[in-house]
Amino acid sequence: MSIIITKDLNLYYGNFQALREINLEVQPNKITALIGPSGCGKSTLLRVFNRMNDLIEGVRIEGKVIIEDEDVYHPKTDLIKLRKKVGMVFQRPNPFPLSVFENVAFGLKIHGLSRERINEVVEESLKRVMLWDDLKDKLHTPALKLSLEQQQRLCIARLMPVKPDILLMDEPCSALDPIATQRIEELMHWLKQNYTIVIVTHNMQQAARVSDETGFMLLGELVEFGMTEQIFTTPAKRRTEEYITGRFG
Amino acid sequence: MLKKRWNHKKIFEWGIEGLIKLSGIVSIILVGLIFIFLLKEGISVFKIVNPINFILGKEWHPVSKPPDFGILSLILGSFAVTLGAAIIALPLGVTSAIFIAEVTTGKTKEMLKIGIEFLAAIPSVVIGFVGIVVLAPVIQKVFDLPTGLTVLTGSIMLSIMAMPTIVSISEDAITAVPKRYREAALALGATRWQTIWRVVLPSASGGIVAACMLGIGRVIGETMAVMMVTGNAPRIPHSLLEPARTLTSTIAAEMGETVQGSEHYFALFAIGIVLFIITFVINFTADLFLHKEKV
Repeated sequence: MSIIITKDLNLYYGNFQALREINLEVQPNKITALIGPSGCGKSTLLRVFNRMNDLIEGVRIEGKVIIEDEDVYHPKTDLIKLRKKVGMVFQRPNPFPLSVFENVAFGLKIHGLSRERINEVVEESLKRVMLWDDLKDKLHTPALKLSLEQQQRLCIARLMPVKPDILLMDEPCSALDPIATQRIEELMHWLKQNYTIVIVTHNMQQAARVSDETGFMLLGELVEFGMTEQIFTTPAKRRTEEYITGRFG
Repeated sequence: MLKKRWNHKKIFEWGIEGLIKLSGIVSIILVGLIFIFLLKEGISVFKIVNPINFILGKEWHPVSKPPDFGILSLILGSFAVTLGAAIIALPLGVTSAIFIAEVTTGKTKEMLKIGIEFLAAIPSVVIGFVGIVVLAPVIQKVFDLPTGLTVLTGSIMLSIMAMPTIVSISEDAITAVPKRYREAALALGATRWQTIWRVVLPSASGGIVAACMLGIGRVIGETMAVMMVTGNAPRIPHSLLEPARTLTSTIAAEMGETVQGSEHYFALFAIGIVLFIITFVINFTADLFLHKEKV
């Protein structure tokens, strides 16, 4: 049973068509990677899933997006409920300029969830991203003082108290060095047990390493979608092959 | 081999650099000179009255024999007017800044910003005039007072003068909060209000505090409007509905009548020193907050 389904999805920025007839199915508890050259629409597609594109003026969407059996673009969709269900990690780590603790507790506070267990929840969330041992004595230091890798982990931990089912990751490692990148990738593998992950990356090796399924996008089209191994070894389309072998990019 | 050559481009560069350096140094020297002058002229009064009695003395009778040089009532007058103005201007100014930065867009935003800046362009004598003619009679009637020229009248008019500083600097601070913080909050399912309250305002807090301090600094230093609308009675005000006199208006009102080199003249300069120290501390604190923001 697919957790995210798009049907004939078109997206326009004013007159410019950024996504063309996207039909995609994302499986639960898998890592799905979206690859393609800059400007191919992969980030735009990711931002369709939690409706972050709503913030941009002049965006128009046709077609259907269904997440956990609910029509995301139905006029009655509860945006807050959707964004609780679908968390997002951004390209540049963007912890709030607050303490580590406040960052993780933010979700609890805005959703009026019980604060009785707040300490436990913060601890559990930091454990899930393997930050607890490093930060348990530094819960009240400003988050912006952490290393970039820790900041990015914190941004993932920040999603945990809200209990999302899906994590969208928009080039989560592009600001990190190779070692930090590797460790975030390990974290993604571990998170896969409990979450569905969709990751956008321009780094093909990363897609090959972490993902179960891969979609290749070009000029707003989903050119090919399939098992990662198959996409990288025996791509069905010539354009996919040209891209992954580095003939353009 | 590289040879140092003086073509006219280089001379021009050198000239411009020197000129900029010079203007920078001149402005610092000028401030220094003003302070030294103030200090030199003001310090003489302390031969007649010791600094503690000067600050804490309740009576200000500069021309009686013997004269009383106590500025407590003037300090408290300034304090009362400033406090009143702050109570009005800070909440109003900060909320306007939030409104302009976060709620309005496009043309409305531009119009409001221009409007606020226009407010800063009104000469203070005009503000004082409006205060006397429009506001004072209203206050007199509403509170049934012998005169409408009170601390409250001064506070209201001064809050109008402090608003442009508070609004425009706060607005800059709010607008400067990186988009990625807002995105993060919204993506977590925060509402627009929660995003503003829990993320944007804390991030901009340094700039907003600085804006408020600068606004208050403006109020303390303001002279003309406050002289026109607060009644100028040099006694300690016990409520907002009594007349009072501020440090600034005392200097402005009396400087013209004093003999240069007289005790009164020196006393007015000493008030200048007190004022200078107060505004310096306020601006310096504001600066600290502004720089904290940039870290």
